[in-house]
Amino acid sequence: MMTEQKKPIVEIKNLYKSYHRASLVVPVLYDITFDIAEGEFLALMGPSGSGKTTLLNLIAGIDKVDEGTIHVGDVDITTLSETELAAWRANSVGFIFQFYNLIPVLKAVENVELPLHLTTLSKSKRREHAEIALAMVGLDHRMDHYPGEMSGGEQQRVAIARAIVTDPTILVADEPTGDLDRVSAEEILSMMERLNRDMGKTIIMVTHDPRAASRASVMRHLDKGYLNHDAAQNPL
Amino acid sequence: MMLLKILFRNAFHNKLRSSLTILGIAVAILAFGLLRTVISSFYAGVEAASASRLVTRNAISIIFPLPISYTEKIRQVEGVKMVSYGNWFGGIYINEKNFFPNFCVEPRTYFALYPEFILEERQKKAFLADRKGAVAGQKLAAKFGWKIGDTITLKGTIYPGNWDFILRAIYTGRDNTVDQTQFFFHWTYLNEAVKKRAPVFAEQVGFYMIGVTRPDVAADTAVMIDKTFKNSLAETLTETEKAFNLGFIAMSEAIVTAIQMVSFIVIFIIMAVVANTMAMTTRERTGDYAIMKTLGFGAKDITILIFGEALVITLTGGLIGIILTFPAARIFGQELATYFPVFLVSAQTIYMDVAAALIIAFLAAIIPTRHAIRIRIADGLRRIG
Repeated sequence: MMTEQKKPIVEIKNLYKSYHRASLVVPVLYDITFDIAEGEFLALMGPSGSGKTTLLNLIAGIDKVDEGTIHVGDVDITTLSETELAAWRANSVGFIFQFYNLIPVLKAVENVELPLHLTTLSKSKRREHAEIALAMVGLDHRMDHYPGEMSGGEQQRVAIARAIVTDPTILVADEPTGDLDRVSAEEILSMMERLNRDMGKTIIMVTHDPRAASRASVMRHLDKGYLNHDAAQNPL
Repeated sequence: MMLLKILFRNAFHNKLRSSLTILGIAVAILAFGLLRTVISSFYAGVEAASASRLVTRNAISIIFPLPISYTEKIRQVEGVKMVSYGNWFGGIYINEKNFFPNFCVEPRTYFALYPEFILEERQKKAFLADRKGAVAGQKLAAKFGWKIGDTITLKGTIYPGNWDFILRAIYTGRDNTVDQTQFFFHWTYLNEAVKKRAPVFAEQVGFYMIGVTRPDVAADTAVMIDKTFKNSLAETLTETEKAFNLGFIAMSEAIVTAIQMVSFIVIFIIMAVVANTMAMTTRERTGDYAIMKTLGFGAKDITILIFGEALVITLTGGLIGIILTFPAARIFGQELATYFPVFLVSAQTIYMDVAAALIIAFLAAIIPTRHAIRIRIADGLRRIG
């Protein structure tokens, strides 16, 4: 019996990336080629300095490739200008970071509402969407709290609400549990699992924590800038 | 709207730092405003000068007198409407610390030439009728507690001896730009005394004050007056009252220039302080700006945030500084009324205060904004944690 082949949402071909430090060129990624299927929960693993975060940044359009192409949906993001990339990110990518990266002077609901200011939604619709997103992560009772008044786990849930509020094509998460205690980390991973399973969100997560990676449906390994082409299906 | 909310909250997020910066700007703007007002007060006499008045003095120097006999000849010059005259008396009231300008003048014509000095008709008549009578400005009378009828004794420096005057009138100003710290008495009173004590110095005046028929004939009239006395024993120099007053300021030009320089140095220093604050603030918020750029906000939004924050801080400080300038100028003016009889905060000074605050904000925000815009998102995000 043939297994159904899912349509790729991200297609990466012959990608190279290096950093320039003064006159020094530091190669980071070599000839990376792989696809990410729609609705996939991918864990990118590898030791420190292997290029995981760089690859994630390239897929999310916050860094530029040296060579190669990255298609997300129908868009080759390597051809977009900075302004076009900014607009594309606003519409297509949800971001979850290790240190939550909430704006400290904004309340939880205002942080979630922030990306919606780049849309054409009315003020009342923006607030409605933000409240729904916060309710989805179980923080409807903490809407008017500032990040400094919340625990790390709660801040990361606000960050997840901010990531999903625009209903993006892909969610990228860079070590989302790296700064959390075990209980909070489990909560966050369960939440991401639900987003993937129940809402069909494509998630690309960078982690070096095997427990976090075990929640993903697919694992890929990077080592010294090279990709292990044998993607491992999560046995769970 | 959200950007406004962020920039206002950012501006006061670090309360201690923002408060100290605002306080620094307020003090700088206050100092700037006061120094500009000091400079304006130097020019108060120039501003108050009438275009219809000419001053004639000895061509060699103001310290050399002119004969009183010139009065009739000047009156006959075409364009001249009225001629008055007077001398700088240079008297001291009790001690030298109580300095105020005192002149003997031909009172009927002098006060007719200065309609901005307001005298009560009854007091004016009493003054004109009394040879020993004197007129003082309201501020001067208030300073020494003089009342009508009081005897005021001045110790002569140019004309030795004690000179008694009866205060017959107190003048006020048509508006608050009029100097109300002067003291006037009859030229004839001085002249008669000089005739007895040192006849060689009698029948002489220090200056002629001339009213012309129209401001546009002032220049030609001045030339004609000087021509009249060409090759005489006492040649004259006639100029507009404005030019005459500017000549006095020219003597203090170095002081005025120094005050101007200090006022700009104050602004420059505070500019460096605000620039440093903005640089620190922007560095701290590099991660915030990076995340906003990640979410899709552009260079324009980041520019609004940083410039807006700088503007909120500098304009708050500037506003406090401007508000404090008025009571400070009032106290300053009262304490130094002897040197600055007209010490008023002008509209131009306020415009300069606002412009200084805007320039501080603009220059302080340029480099941090450039840095925040140019930094790569990935590098900005790395600063967090």
